[in-house]
Formats: sequence, structure tokens, C-alpha cells
Amino acid sequence: MKNKKHLLSFPYLFWSAGFILIPLCMIFFYGFTDKQLHFTFENVASVAEPENVKALLISILLALISTAICVLLAYPLALILSRSAIKNSGFMIFVFILPMWMNFLLRTLAWQTLLEKNGVINMILSFLHLPNLNIINTPYAIILGMVYNFLPFMILPIYNALVKIDPNVINAARDLGANGLQTFLYVIFPLSIPGLISGITMVSVPALTTFVISDMLGGGKILLIGNVIEQEFKQANNWHVGSGLSIVLMLFILLAMGLTAKYDKEGGSYF
Amino acid sequence: MRSVCKKLYIAFILLLLYAPIITLVVLSFNASKTRAKWGGFTMKWYGSLFKNEQIMGALYTTLLLAILSALIATLIGTAAAIAMNGMQAKARMYFTAVTNIPMLNADIVTGISLMLLFLAFDAVFGFKTVLLAHITFNIPYVILSVLPKLKQTNRSVYEAALDLGATPVYAFFKVVFPDILPGVLSGFFLSFTMSLDDFIITHFSKGPGLDTLSTKIYTEVKKGIKPEMYALSTLMFMTVLVLIVLVNYIPDAGSKLQKEKALKE
Amino acid sequence: MLTDNKLIQLDHISKSFGGQLVLDDLDLYIRENEFITLLGPSGCGKTTTLRILGGFETPDQGTVWFDGKDITNLPPNKRALNTVFQKYALFTHMTIAENIAFGMKIKNKPKSYIDDQIKYALKLVNLDGFENRMPDSLSGGQQQRIAIARAIVNEPKVLLLDEPLGALDLKLRQDMQYELIRLKNELGITFLYVTHDQEEALTMSDTIVVMNQGYIQQIGTPEKIYNEPENAFVADFIGDSNIISATMIDDYLVEILGARFKSTDAGFGKNKPVDVVIRPEDVELVAPEEGTIRGTVTHVIFKGVHYEMEVMANDHEWLVQSTSMFPVGTPVGIKVDPFNIQTMHKPESEDEEAIGVEE
Repeated sequence: MKNKKHLLSFPYLFWSAGFILIPLCMIFFYGFTDKQLHFTFENVASVAEPENVKALLISILLALISTAICVLLAYPLALILSRSAIKNSGFMIFVFILPMWMNFLLRTLAWQTLLEKNGVINMILSFLHLPNLNIINTPYAIILGMVYNFLPFMILPIYNALVKIDPNVINAARDLGANGLQTFLYVIFPLSIPGLISGITMVSVPALTTFVISDMLGGGKILLIGNVIEQEFKQANNWHVGSGLSIVLMLFILLAMGLTAKYDKEGGSYF
Repeated sequence: MRSVCKKLYIAFILLLLYAPIITLVVLSFNASKTRAKWGGFTMKWYGSLFKNEQIMGALYTTLLLAILSALIATLIGTAAAIAMNGMQAKARMYFTAVTNIPMLNADIVTGISLMLLFLAFDAVFGFKTVLLAHITFNIPYVILSVLPKLKQTNRSVYEAALDLGATPVYAFFKVVFPDILPGVLSGFFLSFTMSLDDFIITHFSKGPGLDTLSTKIYTEVKKGIKPEMYALSTLMFMTVLVLIVLVNYIPDAGSKLQKEKALKE
Repeated sequence: MLTDNKLIQLDHISKSFGGQLVLDDLDLYIRENEFITLLGPSGCGKTTTLRILGGFETPDQGTVWFDGKDITNLPPNKRALNTVFQKYALFTHMTIAENIAFGMKIKNKPKSYIDDQIKYALKLVNLDGFENRMPDSLSGGQQQRIAIARAIVNEPKVLLLDEPLGALDLKLRQDMQYELIRLKNELGITFLYVTHDQEEALTMSDTIVVMNQGYIQQIGTPEKIYNEPENAFVADFIGDSNIISATMIDDYLVEILGARFKSTDAGFGKNKPVDVVIRPEDVELVAPEEGTIRGTVTHVIFKGVHYEMEVMANDHEWLVQSTSMFPVGTPVGIKVDPFNIQTMHKPESEDEEAIGVEE
């Protein structure tokens, strides 16, 4: 019986080897070889070229800012929702997954319409006699696009971590003399950190690597590291340099995950 | 006062999330061909949409891709989850790690890694390569939806069924499967949605001549989006909205019944 | 020791959830140094009563007095009482020492004092040296002791315990009962204990409050509750018993199943219908001709300390516990000492059954 059950894992065993592990190895293979398939570090080292360094730094900066904004927007919302009568996670998924049924490119594009000089937002601002917002085709628009696209991935894990907290644990903190703020700082927030970490990972990785949002809202003027890699593959057909840069990108993703995990451990003491 | 602030905050976030959607719906009724101008109300794009072969073709490809990839991913993923649930820690570690790679890795890296694989095998870039790619990134969603449900199921119930003379396969479908069905369904639904909304991985695994809605929109961005595209998006969105509202009310009644049952026990 | 000083007074407390009345005009006082137990089946309102005292619920009506002050609307963090929660509710992200220190740190106690208190509390609950462990690495019984330690270091005047032993297995539960009695004596504070387990209540309490459907059924010492239940609910809920419809013929004389028994009760009036409670260990089996009623043994089970038998006599199945065994089929006589027949008023309506008799 047990052996038979193991058979069920075979399709995925082969699938994961063929379509997840081998392709990853291919990136490393191309990344460390030149066109004659000789070993080289040049592809990876090409990240040090000025325009690539610039793209990488801008990517990191924009990813950091948009992740931070997502945290600031999502945490209070998750807190409000987790304390409200809407304890139905089905409803939450409904509200935050539903937008995905409108194509993500179109939704991002819609921000162009909203942000344009004579767009909806500026019309409203003018009506209120407020200064106009001219951020289209600037890094600010890219940040907005990232926040917009990735916010649900921050809200859901934090919300899930918050609703999992046993109400009696919160009661216990109150019982031991903590006021509302102390209860939040010493009990609720620390217990929500795993959700926060997973939210940060889920937002910062796509933010760091996107090429579509910068394409659509940056007006083609701002190159992120994702754009550089995409162009190496789709326009320059230089898979070796593209793979080399991808390796660097993966290193940064691993670094980011490592840092957040480390912070998680060090955050063990709360007083 | 505090509760008003909370409601305003929720409204603000929902506005942020839904403002582009409202914009697109409005644009679908815009008589002017450019996004920037309101040319009066019209329904004509909804009519011409069905005559636009390119868009209908892309829609067909997108839906077929989503259905097939979600279906196959659900089969492979559910089987894998069942096997993983009964696995020893070491074997399970491999599967957990391998499942996390596409979830945590950047889409662009997943996309180019698959592109390199297809190049190495001299595959023809087309529907098949895109389908393989979609199945690959969908399987983890299925596994992650089914595994928690499997953990919740009571092993004794399955063993009781065996004890009463059921074969393992019969016992599984009669006793275990109904319990994990919600997980399987949500895995399928999630896969379908992810496939439908994917652009990046499709972008790297498709060949010329094949277009999904996403890749079609991406190429149109520079030339200007055809208004029919807004009409199609609006239709798709509304269809799903209605479907989800319907489906959401039915399992809700079901789960309420279950809760009452649990209370009685 | 136990004084007559009323520390807590619940005054006409009512509370309902979603239209369902959970507590109906409840009056209760708790004396200083008392070990008082709220006992009843689930849904009887005992946990709600405790949560109202802890400050986690506000009563719809009524007043909570603590040491002469009205604390009805005081938030939990301002109350001089601490709670030990069901399933412990430890802070899983903190070490044991941090858990215990929580309340003292909130109150800005000096570090040396906190360290001393942690040591003292861990010693008190027999878990010395556990300071740096995490809650998840402890067994259920150990976690429960930490929950108690975390509460008592704040030197509350009253410790509220919400079914604290519910999640533990039988042996551990019995050990913890002795631990709790010892703790209570060492600390010299008031314990308010909530449970649905009659044995726990009988073992530990100075006073038991039996509750059902939001009403208090009886308040009294364990002995009084066990020996002199005031109504059929209390008799049935506490221990095994034979509850039989009977008629009080006259003072000191009761007719049970057609036979007349001597009784020690008086004042019910003549020919009044009553309920009588006879504990199974108080039913004496004798030779048929010596008994007040005759019957036949229908079931025998060996229970370790005694045999449990069922005797069919005058169309009633009597539950009997005895150290001597009578085989199935033996004709026997039933005798009951007048002192062991507890007579109760018959409830006249459903509602009265729930309300019970005022003391």
C-alpha cells in the first residue's frame, strides 16, 4: 500500500526534475560559458558595467521603496480586517484575487490613463484646486505600479498570520496589564512577523525583477535589471550574458531572503 | 470615529485596487479610439469584438491554455500532494524545496530557464512549450492548496474504511477525497487564474505567431490598444464576478451546515 | 484563612449573546482566600461569569464589585486579578522567563525584582531551570504550570482559572489538583476555578457553585453539595445517584415505589410529591425478608474498589455499589438508612427545574 502511494509522486518527480531543476542548471551552464561553450566569468562580471550597475541599483532602490510602501499600506488594513466581523478568508481572497481576472498588463496600462497630464486624477486634483500630479514616465509611476500590482501579496500573508493568533493570547496580555498599544507591540506584532516576512519576500522579488511595469509606466526611459535581462534574451539573443545577469539576480533574491530570515531570528527578544 | 476611519481606510485601499478596473470598464464604452479622450458612450466595441479574429484567436489560446494547464497541474499536483503527505521527512524535503523554487524565484528567471531548456532540445516554440511552462508554474499552487487539507483529514477515518473492508482506492475516493476536494478545487481555480494572468513566462516560452491575450496586449501597447480589448476584459471580469458571487454563496451554505454538524457532535 | 470578608460581589448580572441569554440575573459573592469553583455542563454560563470577572466581557446588566469598588467597566489590564486560560495561551514567541516577566515588565518593576520573582515562581511550580526554554518545547502539563506562574508573579488578589486542566490526561490532572491546592495554600489568595469536572470540583474547592442554563442551582461546600443536593439536576450532575419520584406521607415518612421508608426530613407537608436521592453506595443489599423492598440482581460489574450492580425492585432499576458481590438472579432485599435519603421538592415546571431553590 505504501509503495503504491509513492508511485503518485513519480509524475511530479520527473516533472520537477525536467522543468524546474534542469532549466535552472541550464542558466548556470550558459551563465558561466561563452559562445564557444568555454568556461568564463565574463557574463557574471558584466553586471559591473556602468549601465548594468545603474539598472541594478535603481531596481534595488525601487524594490525597497515599493516594498516599504506595501508594508505601510497593508499592515493596518490586515489588522483592521483581522479584527473586523469579516473573518471569512474566502471573502478576502475574493476581493484580492478578483482583479487578476482583468489582465495585469491592461490594469497597469490603465494607470497611464489615470496619471496622464489630463488624466482622471489630475482632473480631480484641479477640481479640488490642488497641484497637479505629473509622475507619468517617472520612477514614481513605476513605484505606484509595483505597489498596485503587488499589494495583495503583502495583505494576504499578514492577514493570515493575524487571524491565526489565539484571541486568548491577546486576552492574556491584557490580563497581565498591557494596554492596547503594549499588547500590539509585544504580542500581536511579534506573532505576525512570519506573515510579514513572507509578504516582504512575495513583494520584493517580483518588484526587483519586473520589466513590464517599468516598460509600461516608465515610458521606456528607465531600465531596470529585468529590462536589461529581457533585452539580452529577446533582442540581443545573447543568452550567455542574460544568464550571467540572471545568476546575479538570483544571488540578490537569495540575499534578500537570507536577510529577512536572519532578522526573523534576531527578533526573538521583544523587550 | 475610529470605526469611520477604519472604513475610510478600507475604502481607500479598495479604490486603489479597483480604480484601474473601473477605468478599463469605462474605456470599453468610450466611442473615441484613444484612451486619453472621452468620445461619448457606445456599445460598438462589444459588437466588433466578436468579429476581430486576432482577439478571438488570442482569447481561444488563452482559455485553452488555462484549462489544459490547470487540469494537468491539478492531476499531477494532487497526486504529488497525496504522496508527499505520507512521505518520510527526507523525501518530502526534496519536494518541498522543488515546489518552493517557482513560487519564490522571479518569474523572469523561471521564464528564461524554460526558454533555455526548450532551446537546448530544439523544441518548436509554440502552444506546446507555453503549455509545458504553464503546467510547471501551476503545480506548486495545487500542491500548496491540497496539502493543508490533507493534513486536516483524520487518518483514522481512512483506516476505519479499510477496516470495514474497503479497498485503498475505494476508501480514498469515498472518504479522503471529499475532504480534500475544496483544496483541489481552489488549486484548480488558482492555477486557472495564474495561467490566465501570466505574461512574463509566456513571453519567454512562446514562439512567433502564437499569442495569448497578455502577449497580444504587450505588443499592442506601443501601437495603441484596440478598444475591443477593453470590451473583452470587461466581459471576462463581469463573468467571473458573477460566477464567484454564485459559487461563494453555495459553499458558504455548505460550510455553515458542516459547522452545525460539528457543533452537534 | 477563610474569612467572611466578601472580596468580589456579582450583583444581578445578566448577559446574552446574539439574543441568547447566557446569564440571567446572577448573584454571587466570593470571600477572601476562598477556593470557589463554578461547576456545570458546557453552556451553563460559568466561563462567561469568569470572563466578566476578568474584564473580557461586559455584562448587559448588573454590577461587579471588587473590594468595594465598582469594576464593571474597568478594562482587564486595570484589574487586580489574573487569569489562567484554557489551553494556556502562552506567548509562543517568548522564552519561559519572558513569559513570566511580561506582567512585571509592563508595570516597570526593577530587573532584580523580576529575576527573583521568576526564580521564585518557577520553583513554586516545580520547573526550576526552565527560564530559557520556549513554550513549544514543553509538555501540556508544564505549559499549564508556566501559565500559572505567569499569572501569580503579579501577586493578584484573585486568580481566575478557566478549565486549566481540561487539556491534560487523567493522571496529570490528578497530580495538578494537588499542586493547585498546595499553591493556593502557599500563596494565600482567592482562587476562582471553572470546570465541568465534578471530581475536580469536589477535590479542591472550599465552595462549589453548581450552574445550569445561566442559573445558580446550588452553592455550598463539597460535602453539602454531594450529600444534600437541592434538586434533581445537582444530584444527577454530581456523582451517580438513584433519583426516584416519591410521596412524603408525613414528617419523617416517605413512600418510595409503594414502600414506606423512614426519613430524617420534615416540613414538606402531608402526601406531597417529592424527589428522593439515594446514592448507590448508600443502598444496602440484604436478605429478601430483611429489606424494605424486594428485588432481583440484573447486572454486575466489577469496578475495582467495589461492585456495581443493578437491582430490579418494584419496577425500578436501582444502582447499587457494594464491596460484596451478589450474582445475577439473586433475590435481594433493599434497605436504606433514613439519614441517607435526601428529599427534594419536585419542580412544578420546566423553568423551575432550571432555577432551583434559593438558599
